[in-house]
Amino acid sequence: MPAGLNRALLTVAGAVIAIVLAIAISSVAITAAGASPLHAFAAFFDFGASERAQSNAIATFLNRAVPLFIAGLAVAVGFRMNLFNIGVEGQYRLAAICAAYVGSTFSAPAPIQITVIIVVAALVGGLYALIPAVMKVTRGVNEVISTIMLNYIAINLSSFLVRGPFAGQRAEGQLTTTTPELPDSAMFPNLNFVFDWFGLLPPTRGGGVWGFLLVAIALGIVIWVVLERTRFGFNVKASGLNGPAALASGVDPKKMIIAAMMLSGGIAGLIGLPEILGDKGAFNSNFTAGLGFLGIAVALLGRNKPVGIAVAALLFAFLDRAQGALQIANVPPSVITIIQGVTVLLVVVANEVTNRLALRLEERRAAQELGTNKVEVAA
Amino acid sequence: MSADTLATAKPAVELEGITKRFPGVVANHDIRITVEPGTVHAIVGENGAGKSTLMKILYGMQKPDEGTIKVNGTEVAFRTPSDAIAVGIGMVHQHFMLADNLTVLENIVLGAEPKKGGMLDTATARKRITELAESHGLRVDPDKLVEDLGVGDRQRVEILKVLYRGARILILDEPTAVLVPQEVEELFQNLRELKAEGLTVIFISHKLDEVLDIADAITVIRRGTTVASLARNEVTSARQLAELMVGSELPTPETRESTVTDRVALQVAHLTMEADGYRPVPKGTSVETYVEKLRADGKRLLLDDVSFEIHEGEILGIAGVEGNGQSELIEAIMGIRAAHGGIALGEQDISTWSTLKRRESGIGYIPEDRHRQGLLLEASLWENRVLGHQTRKPARNGIWVDRRAAKADTERIVKDYDVRTPGVDTLALALSGGNQQKLIVGREMSGAPKFLIAAHPTRGVDVGAQAAIWDHLRNARAAGLAVLLISADLDELIGLSDTIQVIYRGRLVAALDPSDITPERLGGYMTGAIAGTEET
Repeated sequence: MPAGLNRALLTVAGAVIAIVLAIAISSVAITAAGASPLHAFAAFFDFGASERAQSNAIATFLNRAVPLFIAGLAVAVGFRMNLFNIGVEGQYRLAAICAAYVGSTFSAPAPIQITVIIVVAALVGGLYALIPAVMKVTRGVNEVISTIMLNYIAINLSSFLVRGPFAGQRAEGQLTTTTPELPDSAMFPNLNFVFDWFGLLPPTRGGGVWGFLLVAIALGIVIWVVLERTRFGFNVKASGLNGPAALASGVDPKKMIIAAMMLSGGIAGLIGLPEILGDKGAFNSNFTAGLGFLGIAVALLGRNKPVGIAVAALLFAFLDRAQGALQIANVPPSVITIIQGVTVLLVVVANEVTNRLALRLEERRAAQELGTNKVEVAA
Repeated sequence: MSADTLATAKPAVELEGITKRFPGVVANHDIRITVEPGTVHAIVGENGAGKSTLMKILYGMQKPDEGTIKVNGTEVAFRTPSDAIAVGIGMVHQHFMLADNLTVLENIVLGAEPKKGGMLDTATARKRITELAESHGLRVDPDKLVEDLGVGDRQRVEILKVLYRGARILILDEPTAVLVPQEVEELFQNLRELKAEGLTVIFISHKLDEVLDIADAITVIRRGTTVASLARNEVTSARQLAELMVGSELPTPETRESTVTDRVALQVAHLTMEADGYRPVPKGTSVETYVEKLRADGKRLLLDDVSFEIHEGEILGIAGVEGNGQSELIEAIMGIRAAHGGIALGEQDISTWSTLKRRESGIGYIPEDRHRQGLLLEASLWENRVLGHQTRKPARNGIWVDRRAAKADTERIVKDYDVRTPGVDTLALALSGGNQQKLIVGREMSGAPKFLIAAHPTRGVDVGAQAAIWDHLRNARAAGLAVLLISADLDELIGLSDTIQVIYRGRLVAALDPSDITPERLGGYMTGAIAGTEET
């Protein structure tokens, strides 16, 4: 399909230009911060001196990408129909602590144990997202406002739960509070064996490469299929492209809002699981925060498409990994945030430009192929 | 005309040979209007006749391609509305442009605030507003919040806003469209006072009785050009104006066999819709008494007791000036907007059904605005084929969209309906209006509908596509389809319809036979010049 290919090529070209520009602008920022851009960029590719360090760096990179990818998917499902689920942050934290607690209360064979934990996480995330959906449908409350407010509730609620009802045994001298330890059967097997295939040393830090990566890939494929191939996905697309037309075609906007919000929240519920099931084995007060907000940037960068989101998540994770390396190279690590911010901004602009360009080209191409111009009306 | 002899009688506004083209259409062509100062000058014409474009040109929102505008004898060229305001032209829009959460005073001064030391000088503003309000008889409380005001008050605020900026020439764009009769009378009283103060009012309307009530001079626009300019005393009746508006030559319908059967396909009974939102009928009251009460309370009704039947093989045409309830009628039948009353498809009462269920049971819908309700412009043609048929064959296959079948069926539509496109993967926005519309017609005729709503099916479509769409409608009618045709194009209405009903202010006021219809009668009913009495 040449039309589609054209559009895809334009998109990629736009993204590349945006990233090159982002590097240029970031260089200015780095120079202003008193560091050398060359050192900084070298640090991004500096995966460490020893083989073990390199393996660990790769693991950190992939482990960071997985939750970002899931967060991007969660946000994108809402974005697809112009629904701004800013509440991914709260949804995943609440889901993570509930899932960690429920998982610790029983012990079953690994597949069952893990499945139950995943289902609980998705359910909690989905139900928490149901609140703003119901508010929007019944009372017209803007979901941006309600989800932001619900974030605060969720964040504080989870700090309360981890201290109170869901608190586990705190080890001697431990400062963080945590939920009870998950049984061994809940721990997702890691993917360190892949390193053996390439003759590399397996990573040792942070539980190695988390096996949840596979779940994330499967999730990405499922979401792609749902959005691109099913009737539900078609209704999501139609509602996003033209609400009144979707309504006239028989799509019930209320049902769609509820369904899309719950799906988005359900996916959001899984964001915390890679870390819990792959490394920590519990939800503690040090749990990684901010993934929900980063998910918004990742979804924007990935144009709300699973493949794009995967690329964006990898890019963000690649930049985030360099925290330590940058410090060693004497570059302030906040450079990462600058690069991420500038990239998102430029890519969003580039997307808009290439999108318009692609549409105009399409129009022209159609007119050319038909060999007719628009009918001129004589004055 | 020499300037020195006629210093006092220079026309307030003089438009000479105004022409405005848009891609593919000519909106205004050689418009000539002379507005004398200190008069109320009405500009009448059907919707789509070019009134709005003309007013946008006069208010500097659009530039004419040809022609000159003179204000008080001086030639002007407006680039923006502020240029028009600078020479004393003010516009009162049909849809109010007020900030609800500000007071009347704040709204009036917004954008032209008197300042004292960088702060809003409320005292000066209040003084000027009170002066203006008193001298023109425009009563408003400057400290009230706009959200607490009624429609009539809001309109007065709009007028004050314009006067506050020093306007001496006021353009009122269909000011009575949103008012109830008492408020109209009040507005006219205000306008007469403005006139007595020497201000000039340009009054745009298609309500002829009101025009005759207020105007000193009347210009009629038809199909983008001025067809008549009359002083009030030259006009003898609303019918005379109606005839000028509609045109004196009506097409004669082709002689053809009637395919109307005696089987009722769609029955609409006592359909009523409130203007300020649907409220369910309270328990224990019947719909009739509830509607009766609404009417007694002076509530504005968008649809007022509309009843009709369409038989299989019949095309029922609805004539009427736009904004008299056509859109509401369609959306009520489609289940997009809630209304009181009954709708039955065949034997089945569908009035509580969802839009989806109505579509599934065989209602097709060609919407009046294809870009708003008919198409996903940034999606491919085959995806647009699926739209509205998500739950039906061939687009559906269980939970999946059957892409192959949908594409194949789109190919069929492209072929049968002569949609000119490079392929079914092309985005809908790449097609011309006519081809987009043919695709919609093809889609809505798919899946053997029992009843079709065709709202302006050939609007903005070239002549070739128009003829093709008409043929498709005729063929479908011959095959037993019932069609509700809503159109502003009288050729189309008279040429296609088996029966014509006229809608005016949400009521069906007349049922006419298209084979013996006169322009003055049709125009008279459409504009309310002939009071509504049912006839057959």
